[in-house]
Amino acid sequence: MPVKDYIRERFFPHIWCSGCGHGIILNNMLRAVEELDMDKSDIVMVSGIGCSARISGYVDFHTLHTLHGRALAFATGVKMSQPKLKLMVPMGDGDALAIGGNHFIHAARRNIDMTAIVMNNRIYGMTGGQFSPLSGYGTLATTAPYSNIDHNFDVVALAQAAGASFVARTTTFHARQITDLIKQAIEHRGFSVIEILSQCPTYFSRKNNMGGQIEMMEWYKNNTTRIGSKAKQENPQLIERGIFVQRDMPEYCDEYDKVIEAAQK
Amino acid sequence: MAKLKLKEHIINQEWCKGCGICVHFCPKKVLALDDNDKVMVVLPDDCICCKMCELRCPDLAIEVITD
Repeated sequence: MPVKDYIRERFFPHIWCSGCGHGIILNNMLRAVEELDMDKSDIVMVSGIGCSARISGYVDFHTLHTLHGRALAFATGVKMSQPKLKLMVPMGDGDALAIGGNHFIHAARRNIDMTAIVMNNRIYGMTGGQFSPLSGYGTLATTAPYSNIDHNFDVVALAQAAGASFVARTTTFHARQITDLIKQAIEHRGFSVIEILSQCPTYFSRKNNMGGQIEMMEWYKNNTTRIGSKAKQENPQLIERGIFVQRDMPEYCDEYDKVIEAAQK
Repeated sequence: MAKLKLKEHIINQEWCKGCGICVHFCPKKVLALDDNDKVMVVLPDDCICCKMCELRCPDLAIEVITD
């Protein structure tokens, strides 16, 4: 398998549960890197804490497994000191939007060149199934046995409002789209956010009577549609997939270089 | 695009966790789980080499090799 050039085989099989969507994201992220023919020593993957964050241990790039919610802060430091490197920052939904919520919006606002991937399984899996900011109203979790009363963030709307210059969404069912979106996000110069809906058969779908991995992926197939499709007009409940924002904006490292240049005159 | 011709499926039994995603979503029902809940090929001649099993495998445990 050609993508095996990019992994640390000695750590496989990975720790994720049988059917976990995070493995599908890893699989197709590697394909994106391979299709772009990137040198693995040009890539830095920075992750925080949680099931999702374990991904950095499995890839044979430069990797940093950092503090909960702080992956983007560490990645910002790496990028500022080595702007030529390509930064990939996979995060869980709680990692990105609860513990790291502030880092998320401010990294987006600065438009620093990196690819943030929100692996959204709508739950804290590693710690036992507590609800996250993306679980949503009416869902069940270990910490919401009588139903969750918190409303969820819309990651796409949040990233867009915070100023991200590339915002996209897909699911683990749409494997080829994962590869395609990650490729485009890596090539985009600026802060890119990709939300990937990912099944947690151990906690989220089991607690919410949504079946296992297969039923969850069928759910993604049946409840999502391409942006602006006819199906969306007929059924507004459908979740849209695709690229929502792609705009050219001044990139943070470029702007900082200009400040250095101006100060040295 | 020329039609792809199957050479073989390479299955990594050590990595396969038997989640059944590849089995369920295979459009031609080429795959099945064996008694140990590991994926196996039952109808290789029906494989159309779409490689969706390979792309959707969370464990990087199956690969479709074409000629």
